Parts: sequence; structure tokens; C-alpha cells
Amino acid sequence: MSKHDTIHPGLNLGEHHGAAHDKAEIGAFGFWIFLMSDLIIFGLMFALYVTMQNPMGQAGGPGPKELFDLTSALIQTMLLLVSSLSFGLASLALRHHRSRAELTFWLALTLLLGLAFLSFEARDFAAMFAADAGPSRSGFLSAFFGLVPLHGLHVASGCLWLLIMLIQIRTLGLSDLVKSRLLKLGLFWHFLDIVWIGIFSIVYLGGLA
Amino acid sequence: MSGTSSLHWLIGRLDLSSLPILPALANPTPSEIVAAVAALMVILGGLGVAVLITWRGWWTSLWRDWLTSTDHKRIGIMYIVLALVMMVRGVLEGVVMRAQQAAGLDGGFLSDGHFAELFSTHGTIMIFFVAMPFIAGLINYVMPLQIGARDVSFPMLNQVSLALTAIGAALVMISLVLGKFSTGGWPAYPPYTGIAFNPGEGPDYWIWSVAIAGLGSTLSGLNFVVTIFKERAPGMKLFDMPLFTWTVLCTAIIMVFAMPPLTVATLTLALDRYLDFHFYTNDLGGNMMNYVNLFWLFGHPEVYLLILPAFGIFSEVISTFSGKCLYGYKSLVYATMVISVLSFTVWLHHFFTMGQSAHVNAAFGVASMFIAVPTGVKVYDWMATMFRGRIRLTVPMIYATGFLTLFVIGGLTGVMLANPTISYQVHNTLFLVAHFHNVIIPGVLFGLLAGYHYWFPKAFGFRLNERWGAISALFWITGFAFTFFPLYVLGLMGMPRRSASYVDPSFEPLTWVAMFGAALIFCALATLLIQLRVSIRDRAQTQVPLGDPWDGRTLEWSIPSPPPEYNFAIVPRVVGRDAFAEAKERGQGYPKPAGYEDIEMPRNTMLGMVVLIGGTALGLALVWYIWWLAVLSLVVMIGAFIAKSFVPEPHRIIPATEVAAAHEAWLAAIAKASPVTRAQETSAENRGLAALEMPEGAA
Ligand code: HEM
Ligand SMILES: [Cu+2]
Repeated sequence: MSKHDTIHPGLNLGEHHGAAHDKAEIGAFGFWIFLMSDLIIFGLMFALYVTMQNPMGQAGGPGPKELFDLTSALIQTMLLLVSSLSFGLASLALRHHRSRAELTFWLALTLLLGLAFLSFEARDFAAMFAADAGPSRSGFLSAFFGLVPLHGLHVASGCLWLLIMLIQIRTLGLSDLVKSRLLKLGLFWHFLDIVWIGIFSIVYLGGLA
Repeated sequence: MSGTSSLHWLIGRLDLSSLPILPALANPTPSEIVAAVAALMVILGGLGVAVLITWRGWWTSLWRDWLTSTDHKRIGIMYIVLALVMMVRGVLEGVVMRAQQAAGLDGGFLSDGHFAELFSTHGTIMIFFVAMPFIAGLINYVMPLQIGARDVSFPMLNQVSLALTAIGAALVMISLVLGKFSTGGWPAYPPYTGIAFNPGEGPDYWIWSVAIAGLGSTLSGLNFVVTIFKERAPGMKLFDMPLFTWTVLCTAIIMVFAMPPLTVATLTLALDRYLDFHFYTNDLGGNMMNYVNLFWLFGHPEVYLLILPAFGIFSEVISTFSGKCLYGYKSLVYATMVISVLSFTVWLHHFFTMGQSAHVNAAFGVASMFIAVPTGVKVYDWMATMFRGRIRLTVPMIYATGFLTLFVIGGLTGVMLANPTISYQVHNTLFLVAHFHNVIIPGVLFGLLAGYHYWFPKAFGFRLNERWGAISALFWITGFAFTFFPLYVLGLMGMPRRSASYVDPSFEPLTWVAMFGAALIFCALATLLIQLRVSIRDRAQTQVPLGDPWDGRTLEWSIPSPPPEYNFAIVPRVVGRDAFAEAKERGQGYPKPAGYEDIEMPRNTMLGMVVLIGGTALGLALVWYIWWLAVLSLVVMIGAFIAKSFVPEPHRIIPATEVAAAHEAWLAAIAKASPVTRAQETSAENRGLAALEMPEGAA
């Protein structure tokens, strides 16, 4: 309601964006709530995974040690972390009215890193399928393929969203609406990073420990 | 060969035997005939509505004023219409089941499979497509008005949520005509609902109708939370909010956190069934206990999600019709919060007998019993509110008194069931069925019906018929008692739930008593519909355009009935609780505004309809393995959202002069009208302006 003290957790446009800043608040708050709800979904998929990562769940099939490629997982982690950095730089460019070219550059870089992440992930999955370790093999692998590709699907939709925003920055310009969408996309992207940290620690490091 | 395979490509596993009419002709057993009649009722009902709309020429206005509207009030009404239609089916199924068990000694008239389908659809419909949409509808209508807002925070999302709920309902209805619904009960436990035991379309119908509607509820919850936190009228602090809004806030938070487990449970079950995953299968390391935990991690918060708004409605009703402010407002708020938190800590009491250790059972048993404490606080608060009040026994109050007495009984049997040792004795018997109907009918359903009678004049500008309303309420109360109290006894005698027939003749007499009760409930439903018909016919005598027929206390009564689409010509400034009652006492109930401003409202959108049609097609395609249609409808829906995002959000300006004209005319009518006292509340004199009476001061 009040015009001056609008701040919400996470990324803010800043007072100097005027109406755009105030208008973004409700949307950003709603998006936080959406993320909380989504986080429950991930949390439960983690719970399924943890309860099925045992000899009974593996049903005589391959386990983490036979399947996971830590190097690849580490590369994926790095790709996502750097993509979060580049998105952060995009947010700063937006907040401080840097040139549109700079904003576009950082967003495009984020998109590329996201796609690179997805291709590494797809490569790993393909290798697992080739080794006859798809979700049909065991409960453990079902839980794995329920959790990790769910994150991948989120990243893929994030990439689609990034692509759309790159187009909209050109067609709609940096309107209030576009700014507020970029804020939400930023929240989404960093959220996926955090979930991935969970996956890397629990699924990969935990599985290979 | 190529002929059949291309047909298969086109219509998946659908074929002629999916139509229940044909088996009924080939093999006319009573069971098949009941199924065929039900299918015919759906088809004829659908056709009848379509013909009526065409005949009256209502299509344009249906499309323009309703289906594409983003107005929270219209969306609310559509939710409630959906709930009432589904309630007719749900109640009829309940009556058929009671008839079957009454005739069920060594047989009955339904096949086992058909009976199983009945309790599965009945449970699914009553929870997801009666209680949930009825609640979502009342919240949508009332909550923004109570906080002095012009709409919810995300009107378009609101429309999409309605569409998602409607898709689920549509799928359950279509399952009467095309194929069969699940036989796995409303929780649909695997491995029984897994592909190995149940390769048919039934569980798939359950999965997609519940998963899609559940997504709609998540989004509604999100919308309500944001609306309450961000759209309150200036000056309204959280502890100034009407109690109904408080319960909505807690319910909405539960929706945000408790619907995801349902999404996970349904979609992982779908992965098992469609893509050969092994989350819950018997072989290859599946673990069905994970499903049971996930389902009840949703399922228990769900029942509090249902009951809390009903508590809120009773709080408003009891306070208004006692002419007093709510006793123990703060304790009611805190009790609501405590219940919401506890609701996430007790899910295991739904499966005490499924193998955990006694310690775990004890912990969850104690946690479950704790819930009785805040609930008991509430019951005392309501009674204290009535104490020395100016009580009028209108229809909502009849429901409220029925609720107070019956609900306490249901709550007590709940405390009994929370004791694992007792649960071991009576689980899976009709005792449990009696218990949960005893909280859900006098609690949730009576609450919703009380709310329906209470706010109907707000929404439509005329009151519902009191006489028929009272008859219906009394039928509900007695019908409930006759139907479900015998089931406690039957349960203690050991009669299992979900059984189509039995061999112990001592069960029979009480099943007949329950059958009689079900007939009373049928009358309750019929009189409820008659009341609506009569009220519409006689609406000239019950007009309340001035907006305050019950001497209301909260902001929704401070505006005309029905309200203009922008709700408040001037957004009110709020000081303190019961804002409107306070203002009336100060003689400032209807202030003359200093000036008016243009109002910006969202435009209509077709997005909800695209989702409705696309989503129904997607659901059917998945149920029947019609892959091309699944891909097509998904692409169309995603495409529609993306396309929409390229159009800057459209708004429509309602000019200040128009707002001023309407508001001034209403104020003038108020100035001319003569206020009515509470004694004349149900007479034709009541045009919606209340005389000032202050029983609190007098007492
Ligand atoms: C209005 C009158 C109603 C009647 C006559 C009725 C009757 C029945 C009957 C006969 C059963 C099967 C009992 C058994 O397992 O043997 C049943 C189950 C059930 N009912 Fe109702 N009911 C009514 C209202 C409601 C309402 C309002 C709700 C919820 C909002 C509800 C929710 C359920 C649920 C969840 C089940 C369990 C389904 C299952 O076994 O999976 N019922 N009801
Ligand atoms: Cu429970």
C-alpha cells in the first residue's frame, strides 16, 4: 500500500524504478509462495529417493557406485553456479539501468550455460539407459529418475522462459511487466541452483561416499 | 491389421465396449442397468442444459459475463454451481450405496465392482468436487469483500484455477459415459491401483482428475494468501480481519503446503502406471508405504483445510445472528493457527495398523488428541458468543446449532480413534465411516450450507426462502443422525467398510435404519433445490438491494447487493475490528465520499476456457492412451500462455462519473428507506437496511 517502503525478500528493482518497483512487489511475493510450494515437491522427491536408496530399493540392480559419474556431476554443478552468477549480473544490469545490450548479453550467457547443463545431464542419462539402468530397473532408479530429471525439467522450462524474455525485451522493451518477469525468472533460476546443490550433495556425493 | 492399428493410433484403447449402455443391453443385470441409467442421466442432463441455454438465448451472456470473466465474485459463483451439481451426484451415490447395504444380506442388487466404483467416485467427488469447490467459491466471493479489496491479487490465475477444478469434475463425469472409474477408494492405494492389478482406465481417471484439480487448488491457495497479505484495505491490520478471513488465510497456507504431496503421490503413481517406474510396485524394490505416507501427508491437512473455513463461516453466522461481536476473537485466531500447524503432524493416524512401531503410533496418537484442545476452545467461544445475545433462529443458525451438537460427537469419536489401541479394533469398519461423515457433514457441509444461506442475498440481491430453508436444514440434521449413528454401532459390531454385501444377519436391521436416514438426506437435497426454485420465483418480495439484510458486522455488508463489479466505489479506511458494525454505531455506516476516482479493472480473458478444453482433452487422452491428442492439447495450452504473455496486460477503465452515479443512487435509496429491526428480518419489509440495536449495551 505505502509507496516508499516496498521491499520484498530477494531481488529488488530499487526505488529509482518507480511504479515498476512497486508493482513488482505483489507478483514477486506470489512467486515466492509458488517456490515454497514447489520446494515441498522437491523435498518429497528427496524423501522418496532417500528411502529407496538401499539394497531393498536397488532390488539387485546397480547402485550409485556403479552408475554415477562424479566428474560430470561436478561440471554440471559448475555450469549451474556460473549461470547463477551471470543471472545475478543480468539483475544488476537491470537494476542499475545499464545498457540493454549488457542485460541481453548476461541473459543469453545464462541461457547458454543452462543448455550446456542440460546437455551434460542428458548425456549422463543416456549412458545410464545404455547400461540398462533406466527407471524400470528398480525402485531406487525410479526415485532417481523421479528426482533428478524433475530438476532438469525445471531447468528446461527456465531456459524456455529465458528465451521468451530475450524476445520480449526486444518486442515489448523494458516495460514494467518485463522487468517484473525478469525478477521472478531470477528467483526461479537461483532456486533451481539451490535445489541442485541438494541433488549434488545428497544424490551424488552422498551416494558415492 | 493396418486398419485396426491406425484406428488404435487415432482413438487409443477406446472402443465400443467402453460405453456402459452396450453392456447393459447385452447383459441387463440390475448393476449394469444402474450404470446405464447414470450414464444416460449425464448425457441427458448435459443436453438438457445445452438446449435450455440455446432456447433462452443465453450463450452470449454466458460467455461474456461468466466463462471469460475474471471477476472474483462471478468465479466464486461458478465454483459453487459446480459444487452443487456434483453434490447431487455425490448424494445420490451415497443413497444408492445405503440401499445396497440395506439389501446386502447375501447379495444385494449391485455387483462388487460397481459398488467399489460407487464408493470411489462418491469419496473423490465429495472431497475434491463438492467440498473443495464450494469452499473455494465462498472464499472467492466473500474474502475480497471482507478485506475491502477490488479483486484477488491474480484474477487471471483465479480463472485458470477454476478451469483446472472443472477439468477434474468433467473427467469424473465423463467416466460415467466412457469406461469405468477407479475401484480403489478415494485414496487409491497401490499396488491395488498399480498397473499389474488394475490395467484398465479406472485408476487413470482418478489420477488425472485429482492431479489436475489439485494443481488448481494449489494455485487458488497461493492467490488467497497473496490477496490477504497484500490487498487489505488501508488501516486493516491482521488482527482486524474478520474471522472468516483468518480461517481463509490458514486454509490457504495449508493449500500451498499440503497440495504438493498429493501432486507427488498422483504423478509418481502415474509414472508407475505409464512409464514402468517402480515407486510402489510389489516387485523390483517398490515401496507402497511411501504412497500411503504421501497421500495422508496431503490427506490429513486436507480435512482441516475443509473444516477451517467452515469454522470461519460459523463464527460470522453466530456473531451476526446473536447480534454480538465474537467472544474470544484472539483465542479463535490462535486456535485456528494451532490447528493448522498440528494438522501437519498427525497424518500417521490414518494407518496405525500398517506396521510402524508402538512408539511411533503413540506419538502420533497423542498429537492427534491434541487437536481436540484448540477445537474445544472454539466450541466454547461460539457458545459464549451466543450467551445473552439477541439470537434469531434463521436458517444459518439452525445449521449452526446442528453443527455445535453433532460436531462435538464426531470430534469425540475422533479422539477415540486417535487412540491406536482402539483404532486397531475398529479400523476399516463402519465406525470410521460414521466418524468422518460425522465431522464432515455437520462440520464442513453444514458450514458451507450456512454460508450459502448467509451470503446468498449479498450475491444475488434477494433472500432465500426461510421456510423451505428450515425444512431442508431439519432434514439434513435428522437425516444425518439416522444415517450415520447406526453406523457407529454396526462398526463396533464388526461390519467392515466398503463391503457390498455381508453374511451376518444381525447387521441387517441397522442398515435399514441407515437406509431410512439416507431417504431423509435425499429429501434434504430435494428441499434445498426446491428452496432455490421457490426463492427465485418469489424474489420480488425478498429484495435487499441496500445490502445489509442481517445487520452485518463486516465490510461485505457495507456495499449494495449485488455489489458492483469493482466492489467498493471508494476503498474503505478501516479502524479496528468489525469495521462496519462500528461505523454503524457511530452513525457513519454510509458516509458520503468526498470524491470519486476512475477504477481500473482487468479485462475478460479466454485463457481459462483454453485451459478447460485443452486440459479436459489432455486428461481424456492420457486415460485412453491417445498420444497425439495429449501432445496437441499440451502444446496448445502452453502456446496459449506464451502467446498471452506477449500481449501487455489489458485493463479497462470505469470512469469516475459512472462510479459516482451508481454510488450516489444507492446512497439516495438508503436515505429514503426505513430501517428494519431484527424482528422483521425475514419479512418483506427487510430491504437491506438495518435499524440500530445494541444488545451488548443493553445487557
Ligand atoms: C450426504 C449424504 C452422504 C451419504 C448418504 C454418504 C454415504 C456414504 C457411504 C454409504 C459410503 C461408503 C461406506 C463404506 O465404505 O461402506 C461413503 C463413503 C465416503 N464418503 Fe460419504 N456420504 C454422504 C456424504 C458425504 C460427504 C458430504 C462427504 C465429504 C465431503 C463424504 C465423503 C466420503 C468419503 C471420503 C468416503 C470414503 C470413500 C472410500 O471408501 O474411499 N460423504 N459415504
Ligand atoms: Cu487425519
